[in-house]
Amino acid sequence: MTVRRFLVPLVPLAVFAVLAVVLAIGIRHSPDKGIIVSPLLGKPAPQFALPALLEPARTVRSQDFQGHWYLLNVWGTWCGECRAEHQMLLRVKESHAVPLIGLDWKDDDAQAQAWLTQLGNPYDTVAVDRSGRAAIDWGVYGAPETFLISPAGIVVYKHVGALTEDVWTREILPRVQAGKS
Amino acid sequence: MLPELGHFALILALLLALLQAFFGIAGPALARERWTRAVSAALAGQAVMVATAVGCLVHAFINNDFSVLYVAENSNSALPLFYRVSALWGAHEGSLLLWIFLLALWSVAVAIRSAGLPPNFAARVLGVLGLVSFGFLLFTLATSNPFMRLDPPAPDGRDLNPILQDPGLAVHPPILYTGYVGFAVAFAFACAAMLEGRLDQAWARWTRPWTTWAWAFLTCGIALGSFWAYYELGWGGFWFWDPVENASFMPWLVGTALVHSLAVTDKRGLFKSWTLLLAILAFSLSMLGTFLVRSGVLVSVHSFAADPSRGMFILAFLIIMIGGALALYAWRAPLLKSQAGFELGARESFLLFNNVLLVIAAATVLAGTLAPLISDALKLGTLSVGPPYFNPTFMLSMLPLMGLLALGIHANWKRGRLKDKQRTLLVTLLAAAVLGCGVVFGIYSGAHVLTPVGMTLGIWILLASLVDPLDRWRRGLSLSRAVLGMTIAHMGLGVAVLGLTTVQSFTVERDVALAPGQVARVGGYELRFQGVKSVEGPNYDGIGGTFVLTRNGAAVAVMTPQKRQFWVQHQVTSETAITLNHGNNVLLALGDDLGAGRWSVRVQIRPLVSLVWLAALIMAIGGFVASSDRRYQSTKALAVAAGAAVPGKA
Repeated sequence: MTVRRFLVPLVPLAVFAVLAVVLAIGIRHSPDKGIIVSPLLGKPAPQFALPALLEPARTVRSQDFQGHWYLLNVWGTWCGECRAEHQMLLRVKESHAVPLIGLDWKDDDAQAQAWLTQLGNPYDTVAVDRSGRAAIDWGVYGAPETFLISPAGIVVYKHVGALTEDVWTREILPRVQAGKS
Repeated sequence: MLPELGHFALILALLLALLQAFFGIAGPALARERWTRAVSAALAGQAVMVATAVGCLVHAFINNDFSVLYVAENSNSALPLFYRVSALWGAHEGSLLLWIFLLALWSVAVAIRSAGLPPNFAARVLGVLGLVSFGFLLFTLATSNPFMRLDPPAPDGRDLNPILQDPGLAVHPPILYTGYVGFAVAFAFACAAMLEGRLDQAWARWTRPWTTWAWAFLTCGIALGSFWAYYELGWGGFWFWDPVENASFMPWLVGTALVHSLAVTDKRGLFKSWTLLLAILAFSLSMLGTFLVRSGVLVSVHSFAADPSRGMFILAFLIIMIGGALALYAWRAPLLKSQAGFELGARESFLLFNNVLLVIAAATVLAGTLAPLISDALKLGTLSVGPPYFNPTFMLSMLPLMGLLALGIHANWKRGRLKDKQRTLLVTLLAAAVLGCGVVFGIYSGAHVLTPVGMTLGIWILLASLVDPLDRWRRGLSLSRAVLGMTIAHMGLGVAVLGLTTVQSFTVERDVALAPGQVARVGGYELRFQGVKSVEGPNYDGIGGTFVLTRNGAAVAVMTPQKRQFWVQHQVTSETAITLNHGNNVLLALGDDLGAGRWSVRVQIRPLVSLVWLAALIMAIGGFVASSDRRYQSTKALAVAAGAAVPGKA
């Protein structure tokens, strides 16, 4: 009993210590978020056939993009980082370097449509993954995530977290240009 | 010259804050009476210096001194005077200065009102506040100096972030920060009580009005922020569980628990240890919020100026302050013994549930906010946790809390005699259920399963809060401000539950494309598009659409949403048009030009959304009323609580 009386008040301190470690790691990692090894790298991209967000009657199939480079961006209107990423995606679209396919993950269709109307639509096509099944196939941990797929249908690069100018110019663009030349 | 003066004043303030901390903590500890008495002088000097620094920066903004980097980055000569002043807190450096300024104001208020407190205790409170001031001043001077010069001066400024050019922003941060910073007072009282080993009920009595003030300000600040996000940002919602929103909401939840727990400690001498912990937690979460917003560890739509290099500094400061306070707690808490017991149905047990549920709610919000960080630290990759997580988990702790609230306000202290009130409770519950379900199925017809539950709970809280005051009024008894304030705040919560339930259940959102002359039908309204024309403001130009809103053919309003392009930052903002009709909040946001005169427009009809903000205002008013109660006002009452002999009573 007496031991407990001295130990229990230590619990908040211990919890805080753990939190402090997490925060410290968070800071150390914050500049280069998103370098993560995906088991998909170098493997064929998972197949999907999902309804298109803007033309619900149409089906978006992964085979449609076979033979071209494309980026698959996983997003949702509920995702704060996706909003931060949006400007960058619009710049990707303006560059016309590579088609951008959106995977609208576990989202409300009306809200997603509204989001694109409001913020501008950076995507060539948006596939709707309401149940989140396709995202599981792709090994998505959380939104946003961006995959680069080669014309042979191989996942060559994956970025976790908001896409940045840095990642775009250093990682994605060189791969696409090297592949084209 | 003036910016240098401001910089110098900040350095002096830093030194004076250090003296304030030293005198306040060392004076009583080493029984040096002269040191103890010097605390107020150090504080006065610190406050004057901080005010001087703020004055210098305001002066630079008003006079468009673009040789000051911060002014050049956040203002422009075309910016209206009003926004040139509010631009002071438009970015990181100025926000921090505002934080420090408000902390100095709170400290001065505490010093003035502490005349009835034992001198050693008052000195310790001011000493702890001095330590907090010192930390933030050091942070500002070391990493975020707002007086940095720009050589050569910029010909003109880069302008204030356009989405911040809004009257809402001018008042939102100061009020929010006043609440945030106000929890520092409760924190300081708790630390002082632990330093002194004086863990009786007195410190809780002294802390109560300060905590309630801070809580009321925070409530106002959060509501204003939500309102601002709704009508300025045009995001089409009033709460997004964004990290920055969460950063203000977590201290609010814990602060709410603290307000209640302090009441128990004050009145009954129970929960002493728990109250101390909550006082530490409320302010810790305020500081953690600052860390999350300012360090750049979390990406947020709010983080206008995040910088990882600052993160380490704040983290070190957090570890010293929070870690120190928690270590003090671990050392002192074992000395505490609660003597009095209480029965299960007594008010104490309801307040215990209230505390536990509020802390659980805060913990779930914290977990969701930090989830991206934790998964990153564990190398699981970054992820964003959104409303699909927050809404249900938050409801899980809030729904039982609402029910317990309606029951708990009828419970007596100490004894569980709810039976006496059984009839009243059943009658109010029944009335609430009938009214609630009547509204749901009668007016709105059909909804989510939780809708009638929410309605019933909201109405029940409203009715139940009124029972006691009405009873007293009928019997001709007077109503103390504390009880009146509590009643108002609880009714505010009832209104909030009603508003949130209605909005969550019956919101209509549509995006329509309209050519001039075309009409869209949305949620019982007709919307006729008249066309667009160009508009021009002092520092922007843009396009305004004109829409005529009618309901069953009867005119409701002419609405003119705009898209503005700001000249300096080339940022486009969407100015929504909002109109109120029969409690429905109709929001229009102009979308894109679809060519051939057609425009996309977002229409949202939110029934009773204004109730949510109104409710927050009611709650805040309740807080202000309660904290102005006479028992906190007279120095005599304070002295009695301190156990001192009072002339005329002895």
